[in-house]
Amino acid sequence: MIKAILIFNNHGKPRLIRFYEYFAEDVQQQIIRETFHLVSKRDDNVCNFLEGGSLIGGSDYKLIYRHYATLYFVFCVDSSESELGILDLIQVFVETLDKCFENVCELDLIFHMDKGGFSAAPARAVSAVKNINLPEMPRNINIGDINIKVPSLSPF
Amino acid sequence: MALKIVKGSIDRMFDKNLQDLVRGIRNHKEDEAKYISTCIDEIKQELKQDNIAVKANAVCKLTYLQMLGYDVSWAAFNIVEVMSSSKFTYKRIGYLAASQCFHESTDVIMLTTNQIRKDLSSPNQYDTGVALTGLSCFVTPDLARDLANDIMTLMSHTKPYIRKKAVLIMYKVFLKYPESLRPAFPRLKEKLEDPDPGVQSAAVNVICELARRNPKNYLSLAPLFFKLMTSSTNNWVLIKIIKLFGALTPLEPRLGKKLIEPLTNLIHSTSAMSLLYECVNTVIAVLISLSSGMPNHSASIQLCVQKLRILIEDSDQNLKYLGLLAMSKILKTHPKSVQSHKDLILQCLDDKDESIRLRALDLLYGMVSKKNLMEIVKKLMLHVDKAEGTTYRDELLTKIIDICSQSNYQYITNFEWYISILVELTRLEGTRHGHLIASQMLDVAIRVKAIRAFAVAQMATLLDNAHLLTGNTQRNGICEVLYAAAWICGEFSEHLEEPMATLEAMLRPKVATLPGHIQAVYVQNAAKLFATVLRGQEGVPADSTVAQETSQLLIDRLPLFVQSSNLEVQERASCILQLVKYIQKLQQKDVEVAEEVTALFAGELNPVAPKAQKKVPVPEGLDLDVWINEPPSGSESEDEGRKSKGKAVFAKEESRHTKPRYTEVDEKELAKRREVRKAEQANNPFYIKASPSSQKVYQDGVGVEHIPVVQIDLSVPLKVPGMPMSDQYVKLEEERRERNKADKKKKKDKKKREKGEKGRRRRGDSGPESEEDITPAHMVDIVTEEMPENALPSDDDDKDPNDPHKALNIDLDNLLAASRRPLADSEKKLPVRSHRPDEVLKSPMEDRQVVEVVPEPKKKTGKEKKDRKKSKEKKKKHKQEEEGDLMGAGSEEPVQPEETKEVAAPPPASTPEASDLDFWLSNAPVPSNPQAAAAPASTPRTASGMAAVAPDSEPEEAKDTEPEETKSSTHKKKKQKKEKEKKKKKHHHNHSDGAGDESVQNGTVEEEEPLPPMSNYALLAENSYIKMMKQDADKVCDIQGNLQDGSQVVVSVIFENKCDSFIKSMEFNVLDSLNSKLQRPDGAGPHDGLIVPFQLPPGISNEARFIFSVQNIVMPQKLKGTLTFIVKTDDSSTHEKLDFKLHFTCTSYLITTPCYSDAYSKLLESGDLKGCSLKLEGVNQPFHHLLARICFHHHFSVVERIDSCASMYSRSIQGHHMCLLVKTADQTVSIDAKCDEPGLLGNVLDEIKLTFSQC
Repeated sequence: MIKAILIFNNHGKPRLIRFYEYFAEDVQQQIIRETFHLVSKRDDNVCNFLEGGSLIGGSDYKLIYRHYATLYFVFCVDSSESELGILDLIQVFVETLDKCFENVCELDLIFHMDKGGFSAAPARAVSAVKNINLPEMPRNINIGDINIKVPSLSPF
Repeated sequence: MALKIVKGSIDRMFDKNLQDLVRGIRNHKEDEAKYISTCIDEIKQELKQDNIAVKANAVCKLTYLQMLGYDVSWAAFNIVEVMSSSKFTYKRIGYLAASQCFHESTDVIMLTTNQIRKDLSSPNQYDTGVALTGLSCFVTPDLARDLANDIMTLMSHTKPYIRKKAVLIMYKVFLKYPESLRPAFPRLKEKLEDPDPGVQSAAVNVICELARRNPKNYLSLAPLFFKLMTSSTNNWVLIKIIKLFGALTPLEPRLGKKLIEPLTNLIHSTSAMSLLYECVNTVIAVLISLSSGMPNHSASIQLCVQKLRILIEDSDQNLKYLGLLAMSKILKTHPKSVQSHKDLILQCLDDKDESIRLRALDLLYGMVSKKNLMEIVKKLMLHVDKAEGTTYRDELLTKIIDICSQSNYQYITNFEWYISILVELTRLEGTRHGHLIASQMLDVAIRVKAIRAFAVAQMATLLDNAHLLTGNTQRNGICEVLYAAAWICGEFSEHLEEPMATLEAMLRPKVATLPGHIQAVYVQNAAKLFATVLRGQEGVPADSTVAQETSQLLIDRLPLFVQSSNLEVQERASCILQLVKYIQKLQQKDVEVAEEVTALFAGELNPVAPKAQKKVPVPEGLDLDVWINEPPSGSESEDEGRKSKGKAVFAKEESRHTKPRYTEVDEKELAKRREVRKAEQANNPFYIKASPSSQKVYQDGVGVEHIPVVQIDLSVPLKVPGMPMSDQYVKLEEERRERNKADKKKKKDKKKREKGEKGRRRRGDSGPESEEDITPAHMVDIVTEEMPENALPSDDDDKDPNDPHKALNIDLDNLLAASRRPLADSEKKLPVRSHRPDEVLKSPMEDRQVVEVVPEPKKKTGKEKKDRKKSKEKKKKHKQEEEGDLMGAGSEEPVQPEETKEVAAPPPASTPEASDLDFWLSNAPVPSNPQAAAAPASTPRTASGMAAVAPDSEPEEAKDTEPEETKSSTHKKKKQKKEKEKKKKKHHHNHSDGAGDESVQNGTVEEEEPLPPMSNYALLAENSYIKMMKQDADKVCDIQGNLQDGSQVVVSVIFENKCDSFIKSMEFNVLDSLNSKLQRPDGAGPHDGLIVPFQLPPGISNEARFIFSVQNIVMPQKLKGTLTFIVKTDDSSTHEKLDFKLHFTCTSYLITTPCYSDAYSKLLESGDLKGCSLKLEGVNQPFHHLLARICFHHHFSVVERIDSCASMYSRSIQGHHMCLLVKTADQTVSIDAKCDEPGLLGNVLDEIKLTFSQC
C-alpha cells in the first residue's frame, strides 16, 4: 500500500504532496523535511531505496524515490509493494506528466497545480495508485523493461 | 439580481486565481509568510460571497496552501459547499480539498453523507468517480457504515472505471467498518474474474492487502489464485499474487510444494526483473516453510542463490540492494549456500551506498565462522574508523557485537582479542551504545572465568584513563563503559596487579561528574578494592602503614560522594565511610581486620539469565489468582495499574544489570544442581537446547581450575592504551594457526613447541587436535546462565498470553491496525464469539458453493449455522468436512489435480489465546464490561444468516439492541434490591402529584457502600408509577459512534414500573437548549417527544437510550424534560406525566480512552496543556478504590500506577485530552490535572471533588 507521494524540488520545496493517511499539517511538513533530508544526501548513482522513514510507519515502510532533473519523486510504501514495481510506477507517472504538459518541467508543476498537478495527472496516476495499488493504468507495461508504453488515458 | 451577477463576475476578474497566488508567493520570497497571511485574509473574504465560482477558486487556493503546511481546517464547511456544487469542475476541487484536509475528527464530515450518496448514484460516471476518489481519503466508520451498501452496488456498475474504483475503496471501508467484509466478500471474489483487467487487478490488490494481515482466512482462495497465476500475463497482477503466496506458504507447506514448479518456470522465462525478484522471494519463503527435504530441494536453492548473485553483481544499485535483501532471507535457513558467496558480500561492504552496506552487514552475521571471525571483525573495525555519520557507525558497532556474541560466543576462539576489541570500541566518539559495550564486558568477564585476569587488567587501564572517555561531554553514552569497568575491577579485584593504583583512580574528584548510577558502582567497588588491599597487606605485618594509608585515602575522598545529590551514591558512600572509619580505628589498635572486611564481599556471583526471575516456578498449593482479601468489584483498572507496576520493577532490574547475589553454594553443590538440571532439560521436549558447540564446550569443560593460567605479559597490550591492539591478536592468531598446522605436520615433541612460544601466548588444550578444528587459544569455560531450580521450561516469556497489556497494546495513532484485527482473527476460546472467525473463513467457501454448485445452498448455510451453535467441537469437525466438500468441488477444475485437497486442508488450529483477548479488548476500551463487548460480536450470529442476502441494515440494528439487554440485566439485580429499600408503596391513584416533590437531585450517585458495586445510574425522577434512572454518556455500547461524532452524548434511561398497572405509550421529551438538543428522527418537529419503544408491565424495568447533540462541552448543563405515559388498569386508563431534569456533568463528555505511557508522556511534554490542581482531605479509602472510583465515575483510565501515585487519562468527545496525576499520602489526595481546555478541566475537577465529598 502506498502511504504517501511526495514531490519536492532540490531545495526541499514541496511541489505536490499526497498523503493517503491523515497527518496534521505540521507533521506533514516535518515528514517532507525529513524525507528531503534523507534523500538529498544521496548520490545519484546509489540505490533508490531508503529504509526507516521514521515518521511514517515503521520498519515495514520504505522510501522509494527517483530524481529527475530538479525534482524528487518519493513514494512511501509498505512491504506489500514490489520495490521495482514502484520504481516503474514513478517512471510511468513522470511520463504521464510529460504527456500532459509536453516536456514537463518543474515550472509546469508549480503553475499548473490545479490543471496538471492537482487534478489531471495525479488524479489519474494517483487514482490508479490510490488506496493501494497499481491497477489498470500501467496495464500494458512490462515491468522491468524500461521502454514503457504509456497506455492511452481516458480523458478525465 | 442581474446586477449582482454582473458585479460578481466583475469581482471575479480581480480575484487572484491559483496561478496568481503561486506567482505572488514566488515574488515574495523574503516575506512569504506575510504575503500568505494577506492571501488567506482575501480568501476568507471570497469564501463569504455567494458565488460558487468564487468559492471554488478560493478553496482551490486553500488546497495549495494546505500543501505548503498551512492549516485550512477552518474552511471545512466551505469545502463541503463546494463539494455539493452541481458543476463538475467545482465539485472536483471540493473533493480534492476534502481528501487533503478532512480526517476522522473533522466534524462537518457527517454533513457530507447525503451529498456523497447523491454523487455516488449520479448518472455521470465522473461525478461518481470523483466521489469515490475523495471518499477513500476521508472515510470514517460512520461514512463507511452508511455508504457501504451504495459502494457495494457500484461494484457491479456497468462502467469498469467505476467498478475498479469501487472495488478499491471497499478496502478502506473494510478497515473502518469490519462488519461489511462478510457480506461484501462474495462480490469481491466475483471481481477476481471480471472481464476488465483493471477491475481484476483491483480485486487482486484488495484481497492481497486483506490477506497480508490475516493470511489464514484466505488460504481457501489459493486454488483460484493459482489459476490466475498460471493464466495471467499481467506482471502487476502476477507480482501481487506471488507476494500473496509468499504470505500463505508458511501456513500451508503443501501449497509450497505445488508452487515451486510454476515459480521456477517463471524464473527461467520472465525477462522482467521485478517479477523475477518476487518469484525468487516466494520460492525462498516456500523453501523456508518446507522443513523436510525434497528431492530437488537443493536445486531450487541453488537456482535462487545463483539468480541473486546475478542481481548482486549487477551494476544497478537497486538490484544489488534487493539481491542482498533476499539473500538475507535464505541465510536464515540455508547459511551454507550463502557462505559460498562471502567474497561478493564482503565486497559490498565497501560499497559507497549506505543502504547496500547495511544490507551486507546483515548478511555478515550469518557468514562468520571460527576461522574468519577475526578477519571479518578486523575489516569492520576499519570501517568503523572510516565511517562518517554516527548512525552508520553505531550500526557497525552493534553488528560487531552481535556477530561476536551470537550463539553464546560460539565463534570466538580468543577472548583476549574480544576484550581488546571492546576496549577499542570505547574510543568511538558520540556513540549511543555505551551500555551495549558495557553489558558485553560484564557478560564476558563473568562468564568466561579464564579471561578475568586479562579483563581486569584492561579495565584498570580504562579506569585510569577515564578522563579520555568523559572528557568530552558529547561522549556521554560511552561513559557507561566505566560502570562495567569499575564493577569488574571491584568484583575480581584479586586479579589486580596494583589494586592501590586502581583504587586511587576510582576515587578521583573527576568521578563526581559521572552519572549517578555509575558513581554508585564506583563507591561500592572502591570498598571491594579496599578489602583486597587490606588482605594483600596483612600478610606482611611490617607494611601496615600501606593499609592505613589506604584507609586514609578513602576517608579523605569519600566525603565528596557523601555530598552527592544522587541518593544511591550518598547512601553507599556514607555507609562505607563509616565502615572505613571504624576499620581505621581498629587498625590503629593493630587488630587484624582484613578477614572480616573481605567477608563482606565474599562469594561467587553467578551469571543469572535475564528471564530467571520470571521462571521461578510457583510453589505447589499457591494459587496466585485467588484473592487474599475480599475482592473489590470494578477493580479492573486498578488491577492493571498493579500489573504495570510489577512490570516496571522487573524491567528496571534487568536494565541495571545488577546480578542478584546468590547465597554461597559450594562447587560440588553447584555441579550437582547442574547435572540435575541438565538431565531435566534433556528429558524435556520443550526445552530448546543451547547451541551444540557451547554445550560441547561445557561438557568437555574441565572446570576452571584445570585451565592452565599462564602469566600474561601485560606490557604489550597495556602500554599504549590509546592505540588499537586487536590487530596484534589477529596476527598472533594467524601465526598460531600456522604453527599449529606446522606442528601437526611435523608431529614434533610438545616440549620443543613450548620453547618456541613467546611470552604472552598461552596454549590451551595440549591433547591431540582434530584436523579441521581450530583450537581456541585458550580453553574457555563459558558458564551457562543460572536459572532457578525447577525453572519452568516455557520459552514464550516475552509474551504472556494472558497479559492484558499485551492486548491493550493497540497503537492509538494507528487505529487502522486495531480495526483491521477484528476482520479475521480466529478465536476459539471465548465461547460467545467463537463463531466469528469461522464465519470469515467460511464465507468464501459458501460463496464457492454458490458459484460452482447451485444457488440452493443458502438454505443449507442457515442450517449449518444452527449446527454450529450447538457445540464447539462439532463445529471444528464440521469445518473440516466442509473443506473436504470444497475440495471436492475444487478438484473438478482442470488446473487442480489431487494435490488441492492437501492444499486447503484445515489450517493448523493453534490460535493463541492472546489474539482472542486482543480482539476482545480492542473492541472495548472499558475492559470492565465484558458482556457489552461480547454482545456486539455475538450479533452477527443472528444477522449473518440474512447478511448474505440483505447485507445492509440487519447487523446494525441487532448491534444496537443487544448491548442494552445485557446491560440492563446486569443492573437488574441491583435495582430490585433498591426497590425493597425504598418501599414507598402507593397503590392508589394520586392524580397530578406531578413530580416536583419526588424529583431527586441529579448527579447524585446513589450508592452507599464503600466501594462495590458502583453504578453510574442516578435517580432521575420517580413517582408512584414509574421510576427513571439515567446514566449519562454511556459510551460502553457505542464506541464507534461517539468518538467520531464529536458532539454526541448518549443517555441511557432505565424505566421501571412501580405500580400494579400496565404502562404504555411513554413519550420522552426534553426542552432543547441552545447548546444541547435531543436528536429526533427526521421529520419530527423540535418540540415533539420521542416515543419510548416499549411498554412496561408491572414491576418490570427496561432501558432506553436517547442521543443528545451538544455544542459546547465546557460547561455542565441542565435540561428540563417530561415523560408522559398512559397507565392502564383493568377498567380504565389515565394519562400521567412526570417532570425531570437532566443534568449533563462535564464528566459525561469524557470517554474512557486507553493511553500508552509513552504517548502520555509525549502529550505532557507537548506543553499544550494547562494545569490545575485539587486537594482532597480526609479521604480514607484505599488508593485503588479511589482510582477505581475516578475511573468509573469520571471515565478515566489508569495509564500507570506506581505505589501511591497514578497517572490517568481521558478524552472528551471533542478530542480534548485530560491527564490526571493522583497522589495520596495519609488521607490527603492531591490531584494535578492537565487539559487543553481549562474550563472543562475546572468543572471536571469540581465534579471529582463532589464525588468524593459524598462518600
